[in-house]
Amino acid sequence: MIEVRWHGRGGQGTVTSSQLLANAAIYEGKYAIHIPEFGPERRGAPVRSYTRISDEAIEIRYGVINPDIVVVIDPTLLAYKDIILAGLKDDSIIIFNHIDPSNAKPLDGYESYAVDAYHIAMEVIGRPIYNTAMIGALVGATGIVKLKSLEEAVKKRFSGVLADINIKAVRRGAKEVIKVE
Amino acid sequence: MNTTNKQVRLGLNGDEAVAYAAYHADVDVISAYPITPQTIIVERLSEFVYNGELDAEFIAVESEHSALSAAVGASLAGARTFTATASQGLALMYEILYIASSLRTSIVMALGNRAFSAPINIHCSHDDAYAARDAGWIQFFAENVQEAYDLTLIAFKVSEDKKVLFPSIVNLDGFILTHSVEPLNIFEDKQVIKEFLPDREAVNKIDPSSPITYGPLALPDYYMEIKKQQAEAFKSTSIRIKEIFGEYEEFSGRSYSPLKKLYVDDADIVFVVLGSTAGTMRTMVKRWRENGEKVGVLSLTLYRPFPSREVAEVLKDVDTVVVMDRSYSFGSPGGQLYMDVAAALNKYGKYNRLVNAIYGLGGRDFTPEMAEDMLNASKDPSIREIWVGVRG
Repeated sequence: MIEVRWHGRGGQGTVTSSQLLANAAIYEGKYAIHIPEFGPERRGAPVRSYTRISDEAIEIRYGVINPDIVVVIDPTLLAYKDIILAGLKDDSIIIFNHIDPSNAKPLDGYESYAVDAYHIAMEVIGRPIYNTAMIGALVGATGIVKLKSLEEAVKKRFSGVLADINIKAVRRGAKEVIKVE
Repeated sequence: MNTTNKQVRLGLNGDEAVAYAAYHADVDVISAYPITPQTIIVERLSEFVYNGELDAEFIAVESEHSALSAAVGASLAGARTFTATASQGLALMYEILYIASSLRTSIVMALGNRAFSAPINIHCSHDDAYAARDAGWIQFFAENVQEAYDLTLIAFKVSEDKKVLFPSIVNLDGFILTHSVEPLNIFEDKQVIKEFLPDREAVNKIDPSSPITYGPLALPDYYMEIKKQQAEAFKSTSIRIKEIFGEYEEFSGRSYSPLKKLYVDDADIVFVVLGSTAGTMRTMVKRWRENGEKVGVLSLTLYRPFPSREVAEVLKDVDTVVVMDRSYSFGSPGGQLYMDVAAALNKYGKYNRLVNAIYGLGGRDFTPEMAEDMLNASKDPSIREIWVGVRG
């Protein structure tokens, strides 16, 4: 079982990211669960969401405590290390949004990947909604699901032009993510 | 009967799954008021109606009291009737709950379990389910999204059965099931379901051309006889419920029974639980068994009528029974499920050591660490009530 924890802010599509990943895994015939963490819904407040993917049925129903992968959708959250790094295992992976990936540094020695989701979102979507570029980056860095399955999930979630531009953001995220050393 | 090729596998949250079940049941009337965490159910159903996919009356009411009142009328008129609510909404329906049961309606209600205020909270407790426990509604608890879908279909068949004629509540844990996306199998379309759940054939319909009276006055000379008849009729529903579980298994390939047990037979400690925590507890019990702990778990799919005899039979040789309540009954000898289990054991002459574990109130995540603490506390003979994971 692979456990993913998503960190973002209200309005950035954090919950949608986790849902799209779960649906992509379900399309592949795997078991998955998407667990959104709801508080008072407000734009800009820190939001967490969890995804589990497994080849076997998933029975546990609590939030992810020791994630294998952490995705940080909002770059300003990187300052809150106690939250981002909470419960990580030695071999956990962090994928984060960074305006200058080639000059980014690994977080506290964890295997880290970075992508400039801000520029992708502004160029493709025209608004700073980072989530689809970040899921693309997750898939590009880890191959957790096939890019094709993720695109299917995006098509199912959005319609028309919105689907097209989000698929574009997913593809760019997957292509542009780099391992930071 | 072919049970495999009529279903599609997809990812839905619990609310969407329930909405699909009501849609697939081809309901005639939906009478509901939106409230978190069930809102998605009625949103999806209103879309099905608006898009012309579902030929139903969607009655948008101004309160839950009206939602259930309109549902009572619709059901008595012969309509397949659905509503959904949570927490405060159920509380506002309270007056009508007893009427819906005592007039022998066939309403199916999805209850997105949510804590009662105050303090205000939108997350899961079983306060609302327990509040309805005495009202004469059949109650099912879903453990996952698949069960939320299946039990909703089963509930229509049960409630409309001429040997039953009582309304049903399908409980699904707020957010944990209502908003989590999981894979499930649903039937391809409404037509497939007709084989299991044909159009409703109502008895004693209200009909202007053939007037009958529902809900007349009954004073001390008759009220008690009427209640005793209702009590006997309600108890007897468990027979049909079990048969319908069997019919559904034949139809869908998925098996249901009033209770589910794991490693109970030789266990020293058994945890009794309702709803989505059952899966977490099964996982914990498997882990504890590997460490040589003789533990088991019993979860109830059918909460009302309470399967007293089965519960007592399953628990008869267990030393310690830990009953997990996601609610609190102020001033009572224990939590609501605790009192049910205690009374059931006593009724059949079993006097196990009972411990009450209060957990998960207002959506407090129930983690493996908490489960460990609960197991350890349950071994201390001086402890009879545990508040799991509470600070201070």
